[in-house]
Amino acid sequence: KYVCVFDKSAFKFSHQQRLFRTSAGNLFHNKIILFCYFMNVMLETCVYWYIKEGDSVSQFDSICEVQSDKASVTITSRYDGIIRKLHYNLDEIAYVGKPLVDIEIDASKGVAPEEDVVETPAMSHEEHTHQEIKGHKTLATPAVRRLAMENNIKLSEVVGTGKDNRILKEDILNYLAKQTGAILPPSPKAEIIPPLPKSETVPAAPKDKARKIPVPVSRPIVFSGKDKTEPITGFHKAMVKTMSAALKIPHFGYCDEIDLTQLVQLREEMKPLAQIRGIKLSFMPFFIKAASLGLLQYPILNASLDESCQNVTYKASHNIGVAMDTEQGLIVPNVKNVQVCSVFEIASELNRLQALGSAGQLGTSDLTGGTFTLSNIGTIGGTYAKPVILPPEVAIGALGKIQILPRFNGKGEVFKAQIMNVSWSADHRIIDGATMARFSNLWKSYLENPASMLLDLK
Amino acid sequence: ALLPSPPRRERRGLSCILRTPKAGFRDTASGGLIIQSISNDVYHNLAVEDWIHDHMNLENRQILFLWRNSPAVVIGRHQNPWQECNLKLMRQKNIKLARRRSGGGTVYHDLGNINLTFFTTRKKYERMENLKLVVKALKALRPQLNIHVTDRYDILLDRQYKISGTAAKLGRTTAYHHCTLLCNADKFVLSDVLKSPYKGLKSNATPSVPASVKNLFEEDPSLTCEMLLDAIAEEYAMQHQIDHHITLINPTDETVLPGINNKSKELQTWEWIYGKTPKFSVSTCFNMFYKDSVLDVKVDMDVKHGRIEACNIDLPEEWLPPALCSELVKSLSGSKFCPNETTALSSTLLRMCPQDDELHSKWNLLCENMTMLM
Repeated sequence: KYVCVFDKSAFKFSHQQRLFRTSAGNLFHNKIILFCYFMNVMLETCVYWYIKEGDSVSQFDSICEVQSDKASVTITSRYDGIIRKLHYNLDEIAYVGKPLVDIEIDASKGVAPEEDVVETPAMSHEEHTHQEIKGHKTLATPAVRRLAMENNIKLSEVVGTGKDNRILKEDILNYLAKQTGAILPPSPKAEIIPPLPKSETVPAAPKDKARKIPVPVSRPIVFSGKDKTEPITGFHKAMVKTMSAALKIPHFGYCDEIDLTQLVQLREEMKPLAQIRGIKLSFMPFFIKAASLGLLQYPILNASLDESCQNVTYKASHNIGVAMDTEQGLIVPNVKNVQVCSVFEIASELNRLQALGSAGQLGTSDLTGGTFTLSNIGTIGGTYAKPVILPPEVAIGALGKIQILPRFNGKGEVFKAQIMNVSWSADHRIIDGATMARFSNLWKSYLENPASMLLDLK
Repeated sequence: ALLPSPPRRERRGLSCILRTPKAGFRDTASGGLIIQSISNDVYHNLAVEDWIHDHMNLENRQILFLWRNSPAVVIGRHQNPWQECNLKLMRQKNIKLARRRSGGGTVYHDLGNINLTFFTTRKKYERMENLKLVVKALKALRPQLNIHVTDRYDILLDRQYKISGTAAKLGRTTAYHHCTLLCNADKFVLSDVLKSPYKGLKSNATPSVPASVKNLFEEDPSLTCEMLLDAIAEEYAMQHQIDHHITLINPTDETVLPGINNKSKELQTWEWIYGKTPKFSVSTCFNMFYKDSVLDVKVDMDVKHGRIEACNIDLPEEWLPPALCSELVKSLSGSKFCPNETTALSSTLLRMCPQDDELHSKWNLLCENMTMLM
């Protein structure tokens, strides 16, 4: 039996008898044909299916979106049922007058008689066809309407909790429950209420009171969230490889605390000067330059170990990577040749990389060739960290946030200090603890006393 | 800069069209309603269309929505951005890309272009009437304008130049028809940006039909967007027998439009803008210049939901270690067809390679060329 999508007569149950013929095992098939809504257009393009074969749909659910003559049209289901066949693939052209989708509807639930004649009762036909609550038409599927009819419930008195205030089966059941005062059991077996454990027992009423205190029925907590599995692709897949390789490196950690009080003051003085030149000055250019000065004394930290662990290559350039948090995740662009850059030049380059990073336009040359990395995780938070070395490098430093903490000065007085923690990780195959400690001390001394950087600046 | 200038006297001596913000615009009397967005953000404005389409009952009321956007390219629901526009140029010029929910072709918006959306019930959906209204309004403003509506729902100036394009969306109970109107948009940027440099693309996404365009400003330099909006609103008000009243709305105000910010967020996701591109294939070749030689590279890719489903790169033998090439191809599969993603991916993979400067420069050269395709 074919039904026209845009024909409203399908809704009027009142003056018709509908015959659903079923035979054991077969369900009645109801096909929806895409009726020619656009009179002067012969073709439609099937753009996007909202459902797939096997899905169950309710009346008014969106089935698909179709494009025709500059208009995008949403087609919704007229029936509850199960999608059995999509006659078109995505992006195929659908033809007017031909079936679009097959929906299987269940003629009668539970019992399957040979012939099931649905007749509307003599009373209030109008109630069931034009359901108006506060000026809105009531939405309810045929199954729900039948349930209401069978129980002599006026749909106008039921509050719908479904989409578009649709009345659902649950709403009818709740309405019934309120009428009879019954607590509807989820299944017949739930009539038997298990005895509550002693701690939860309601205190026994005095014997002279005939009233019973209602005992709460314990219901299992239902959580309908579902696990979601997604494949790891693209950039994340590459990161998985890198990090797996990184963990093959025997890491050791070394942490320390840096008093940045003097540097904070210096930066405050420098900021307006940099601003005049159009550059935003953060702490990172100082950290990076100090690291480079340290690497000049301890070049092993700017090296690379080959795959067979036979040779160490001391890199001439200090290409210091700065970990950046972007939409995709962790990206590490690097500032090239820090050893010949001034603090201002480093700041300028950082501005450029940050702008490109947030626009998602970093190039391959910015992202490759790094020899040493600093990660300023402190801008997000944290004090100590355990950073993972990025191959083919051999060392990395993670900088915590700057906190104002009380410290003792030389005279034994307490003063306000700007303290930042640094956590280094290094490749223990070629770097030993002493080297790391000495490098860290040197780096620390440059930052705690910025004037000392002047002596060693190239 | 977002709010329109104070009301001016109409040339014909009719009362000014008042513009006031009004919090409860949903409560206005039935019949017709004219609203204007105070935002120039294409995503926020498209979200307003979605919101009205999904939430408002238009049985007794029709709505005219007026909006303008800062530079953006808007593609139709079923289009392929790589086929339609120069994404690279857009990134450089910071021109946004948006995908609307209605069908039709690609358009360029800037503040010299006005957008009109006519909301009605599905039954009362009538594009020709709407466009005739616009033409009537324009002719009332400037009787000498030679403009007419074609049967493809375009508005042409001097029977030659397109000044307006149309698209529509039909839902279960509501429908909207929106159109553009070129007042004084930047035609140079428009033509540069709507020219795709990407070769070898094959898909059955809806292609745009290119047309010569002209600004109304070129026909009459005294015309401004303000005047056009005024005139159209007045004509609409007259035809719907309502007050000359334009309600300003803020498309980020959750109290007036609850849930709107989720809608604009969705419109900005990669999954919507790029991921909704119908399946397409890329089959192209390019030359790479390395030291003293020129290399021929052939690339074939299938892209579905904006992600590379299958990828094949044909390189001269032994130019790069084959294991490395297959590693690249494997990583690209499933990855977004996106230059940023490809750059990040390839840079990360390079960490796993032997530390050889020549290898690095070859690798970077290949990856840069690959990202040019995206």
